[in-house]
Amino acid sequence: MRKRTVALAAAATTLLAACGGDDGGQQAGADGEIAGDITVLTNRTDIVDTVFADYKAAFEEEHPDVTVTFEAITDYEGEVTTRMSTADYGDVLLIPNTIAPADLPDFFEPLGPVDELAETYRFVRGEQAYDGQSYGIAITGNVQGIVYNKTVWEEAGVTEIPTSPDEFLDALGAIADATDAVPLYTNYADGWPLTQWEGHRGTISADPEAANLLAETDSPWAEGEEHFVIDSLLFDAVAAGLTEPDPITTNWEESKGMLGRGEVASMVLGSWAITQMRDAADDPDDIGYMPFPHQVDGTFHSTAGGDYKNGINVNSDNKAAARAWLDWFADESGYATDQGGLSPRLDGPTPDTLADFEELGVEYVELAPAEPGAESLVNDIDAEAEIGLWNPDYRQRIVDAARGASGETKEQVFDDLNARWAEARAAVVGT
Amino acid sequence: MGITTGPPAGPASGVRQALRRGRAGSRVGTRAARTAPRVGPDGRRRRRVELTPYLFLLVPVGLLVTFTYVPVMNMVGYSFTDWNGISKDRDVVGLANYARIFGGPEYFEVFFVSLYYFAASFVQMGLALYFATVLSFSTRFRNLFKGILFFPYLINGVAIGFTFLYFFRPGGTLDTTLAALGLEALTTQWLGNPDVINVSLAGTSVWRYTGLNFVLFLGAIQSINPHLYEAAELDGANRWDQFRWIILPSIKPVVTLSFILAVSGSLAVFEIPYVMTGGANGSETFVIQTIGLAFEMRPRRVGLASAMAVVLLLFVLLITWIQRKVVPDEKVNLT
Repeated sequence: MRKRTVALAAAATTLLAACGGDDGGQQAGADGEIAGDITVLTNRTDIVDTVFADYKAAFEEEHPDVTVTFEAITDYEGEVTTRMSTADYGDVLLIPNTIAPADLPDFFEPLGPVDELAETYRFVRGEQAYDGQSYGIAITGNVQGIVYNKTVWEEAGVTEIPTSPDEFLDALGAIADATDAVPLYTNYADGWPLTQWEGHRGTISADPEAANLLAETDSPWAEGEEHFVIDSLLFDAVAAGLTEPDPITTNWEESKGMLGRGEVASMVLGSWAITQMRDAADDPDDIGYMPFPHQVDGTFHSTAGGDYKNGINVNSDNKAAARAWLDWFADESGYATDQGGLSPRLDGPTPDTLADFEELGVEYVELAPAEPGAESLVNDIDAEAEIGLWNPDYRQRIVDAARGASGETKEQVFDDLNARWAEARAAVVGT
Repeated sequence: MGITTGPPAGPASGVRQALRRGRAGSRVGTRAARTAPRVGPDGRRRRRVELTPYLFLLVPVGLLVTFTYVPVMNMVGYSFTDWNGISKDRDVVGLANYARIFGGPEYFEVFFVSLYYFAASFVQMGLALYFATVLSFSTRFRNLFKGILFFPYLINGVAIGFTFLYFFRPGGTLDTTLAALGLEALTTQWLGNPDVINVSLAGTSVWRYTGLNFVLFLGAIQSINPHLYEAAELDGANRWDQFRWIILPSIKPVVTLSFILAVSGSLAVFEIPYVMTGGANGSETFVIQTIGLAFEMRPRRVGLASAMAVVLLLFVLLITWIQRKVVPDEKVNLT
């Protein structure tokens, strides 16, 4: 098994070298030899000295000529994007989320044609790809849903998983009546947990094209549209007083323990959060995971997407060794499964964190890539409109409106968002 | 003459002698420059002498240029582009970013928040002036109080942010204190209530910066000649009269300086609201808005954010200039 993968990695490297040769830009290390020192950047400051140290030992045993050094960075996005203005940003690194697809070739080594990699790996089609080339392999994959405390939900007499937003709100109401728990915790103050709601693009329509279709509509917040459904649920829950009383003083780290102790009943978060919640709970079995309360043709759906992707610095001196690490990390390290995520490999195992989803028969939706040339269209419209779909501000505004702090109604907020989107779309597509 | 006031030349090492020669020479030189042909040393010496002050300036000016002027120039450059902060190529878009900022009210609405901090800065200066005056007279535990008042300024702004986050949260220190005093009726969501949040945050800012104002005022007050108080007392002036007619006029330049700092400070409020609320719930300031565009938008809009930073810089310069016109620098003269 191990030998075979080595052979595979070697084959892949040769292929890469060959590709480079075609372009006349032969630069894939010294004869593509897997040797030398490589630096790997990671955001996992918590496990860099434990789990990653084991990875290093296992990898170096296979490739004795390679020495791996880790650099764990707390403010990963901020620091790495700054360092990217130099050539010194490690050999293998997690591609920052803020890199626009069109900028990928300037900073990262192509890993191979998307069509080829897609035979082995998930999440390579739509993410970190440009012009038919893939630039990153996911370290793990996430699906989207709601973490909840099973005991609290049972105490409130809710035993069926809600299948519609109304049922979900009723369930939250029952929790508010029957228990002392906060039915739905938004984590408003930390901000980024609110961006998790955006991950449900595709969950509502069960359409892989959901994200791309945003570029073709003037009113993403019109009734029945994905953003209408997602944001309405948030708005209605807050308006009904089913969220924390003072959103401005929430605290992410505390919220984990609160869910575990049953002081919070549910939170909308990606599947990556399940392991963390279990670790913080007295009884890990209390933590359950349910899909977004919406069904298409009687089936739940959940958007599956890659987490950070490992990419190779285009300035690396030891690209072959870097590639070997990248492949080894995706194929053999077992990182994804250990962290409770979907394996980046199509034939990878399903983690036990998603047992609840298996039971409910949730179908995963992997978002399709945009048409060539339109890769950054949705982002461009979003930036031009200054809505910031992936920014906390946008959903903080919805929460503020819902709790009556800003004096806006749901219609006013949605109308304003639609108007700005339409105007920005005209400006971006029109030019 | 400079040379006569110099140290007497005695038996010393060559280096020291050289140093002395240089020092003496510089005096000769500067004077020579002013009263041209009177001393007239040889040309080579004169040139080296004239360079000396500039050599001393080289390091600070070098640092200033490297870390202030060059980045500001770059920023002005970025403000005419659509750069996203990462990309290797950027398009020049001319004045489009500026047109966008001045095209609608949404970018300036946030200045309304600055008014809270501006109002708070008067409270802050008032408190600082009060404490500085009281503690400039002999008071028991004077140094202890000085320490207590200045202490908040020494604490890191992020730590203050977190401390006050716990202070203001429901059931936090403030609520508990009010409850202990029987004032539960006053409790509200100090940060959750959109009408109160900016007052809470501005209050935090007052707590933090009063110490700095206090030290500035105290220093100025202590430089006043004590004979003036004695004379005033003989003339029958009470403490208030002394404050009004001696202290206040003497420290006027420092008060003016504090006022200028308060105005530009309240336009550029950042740290406390950013740490505590991230600009949520109507506490967003101009700088937070700029940061959001530059680093949090996906894709980032560094070009637009740079233009906003330039606009803010121009505002601060403009207001300072107006202030200098309205309140000109005066020499304090109490005699």
